[in-house]
Amino acid sequence: MTIDASALVAPPPAGRARRLAAWLHARPRLQLWLLLALPLFWLVVVYLGSLLILLLNAFWTSDSFTGKVNPFDWSLAAFEQILGNEVYRTIALRTVGMALLVTVTDALLAFPIAYYMARIASPRTRAILVVAVLLPLWASYLVKIFAWRTVFLGNGFIAWLLAPFGVQGPGTDEIANSWIVFSYLWLPYMILPIFAGLERVPGSLLEASADLGAKAGTTFRRVVLPIVFPALVAGSIFTFSLTLGDYIVPSLVSDAKFIGNVIYDNSALGNFPVAAAYSLVPIAIMLVYLLIARRLGAFDSL
Amino acid sequence: MTEAGWVRIGLRAITWVILGFLYLPLVIIVINAFNESAFMEWPPTGFSLRWFEQAITNSTIVQAFVTSIVVALGAVAIALVLGTLAAMAVQRYAFFGRTSISFLLVLPIALPGVITGIALSSTFQTIGIEFGILTIITGHATFCIVLAYNNVIARLRRLPRTPEEASADLGADTWITFRRITMPGMRTALLSGALLAFALSFDEVIVTVFVAGAGTETIPLFVLASMQRPTALPVVNVVAFVLILISVIPVYIAQRISGAEAAGARI
Repeated sequence: MTIDASALVAPPPAGRARRLAAWLHARPRLQLWLLLALPLFWLVVVYLGSLLILLLNAFWTSDSFTGKVNPFDWSLAAFEQILGNEVYRTIALRTVGMALLVTVTDALLAFPIAYYMARIASPRTRAILVVAVLLPLWASYLVKIFAWRTVFLGNGFIAWLLAPFGVQGPGTDEIANSWIVFSYLWLPYMILPIFAGLERVPGSLLEASADLGAKAGTTFRRVVLPIVFPALVAGSIFTFSLTLGDYIVPSLVSDAKFIGNVIYDNSALGNFPVAAAYSLVPIAIMLVYLLIARRLGAFDSL
Repeated sequence: MTEAGWVRIGLRAITWVILGFLYLPLVIIVINAFNESAFMEWPPTGFSLRWFEQAITNSTIVQAFVTSIVVALGAVAIALVLGTLAAMAVQRYAFFGRTSISFLLVLPIALPGVITGIALSSTFQTIGIEFGILTIITGHATFCIVLAYNNVIARLRRLPRTPEEASADLGADTWITFRRITMPGMRTALLSGALLAFALSFDEVIVTVFVAGAGTETIPLFVLASMQRPTALPVVNVVAFVLILISVIPVYIAQRISGAEAAGARI
């Protein structure tokens, strides 16, 4: 930090800005409000206000011909449609199931690599591995989906690998494709917090456990896992939340619909109240998930 | 070290397999950019640069690139100002509801993007705001604020207050102290916050779909629209290749600024 001393030693003549500064200095409350005014306006009025209008839209009707919402035309039709149709429940369950499956998959994949990075690799290898995990995280989301799409295509990479065995490629309709792509996309979000958590485990603790006669498995289960668990939950917020709302992966690599598809399709097709009402499903699920995650101490690991 | 030899060897093997999994699709994109085949056939049928030529001369792509950059710059500017103001308020003042502010800041990225998207979209439609670049900037700024906020508040916690007090004692007013003491101290935090926000905005598609309207196309929107047209795939692949190259830049800069942590802070 360089400080230009001359400007500080010789204060400029008392101009309007300086008088204002002196006046403000005596009023810390006002300073606080001036600082908070713009951010609060944006977050409360623009963001929370939008969420409120979304909620209101769920109770309004839309013109079946033009698709335009009729504000303040109150109705429960959107909720009746969602509760009355089996499909909406199936899709919600399928999405939550997929989000959980992806979370477990990523945890299982992330743990060994994070463990290797944090505790076994030399400092040099560790630095290289951190960058190697970061690079795919920064690569464009759509590019990665696009890459998988070309991998799954009928004349693509997997079809080529499987051809010698007389097996066809998966094509772009299988729901398992979504599972692979979701797990792929969010894997770095799981590796990095677990890596950070494992780095904090003191080596002496593991040695103490071994000295007291614990086998490697016992040490892992009773010493390592409890310490890393909050970091794992922190990572799971991303893998779970990102899967829960995604509508692009399912539509590009499979033909199974997820919650995001229902919201997107209904809003695009002019059935906005249904889209708004169905949005409450992921919001409710995420709020519950965040509350549980907070109880498990995940927020300290974010 | 307590790990047995076979555990170490096994973990190392798994690590390299997982890295292979992470890089396989990216490698295929890089190879396919030079694939002569018009149908993205694997293995490549021959080497060709014609898709690069088509991409560069495609005015839709060039226009989308410009739009993406303008949107990202706008979102970054708003996010830096609002994030810094919020961070200074939360870090330096005690007030009722202080903890709720950080929760409020995280909410736009903790909730699925489709929610932010449809909420903003329904608001714009209800109020009657025309969709375009400004609505995209609004959407992107909303989830970028927290990135600037996180970086700045982490720095403010570490910055000692004594130079600011010394500056005031020497007769500098609030503005001079901010410009000459606080600001230089926060500079790299602002830079990495801006970098994260720029990268996130440049890549964002889930919210963008809802707030873009018909006439405006960013690069991700172009890629998304073209992905469903088989004839456009080779050109999209070239754009994908360029985007992969570009993604190296923020990782490099972030490493230079403050080591791996900054790049890992991406949410």
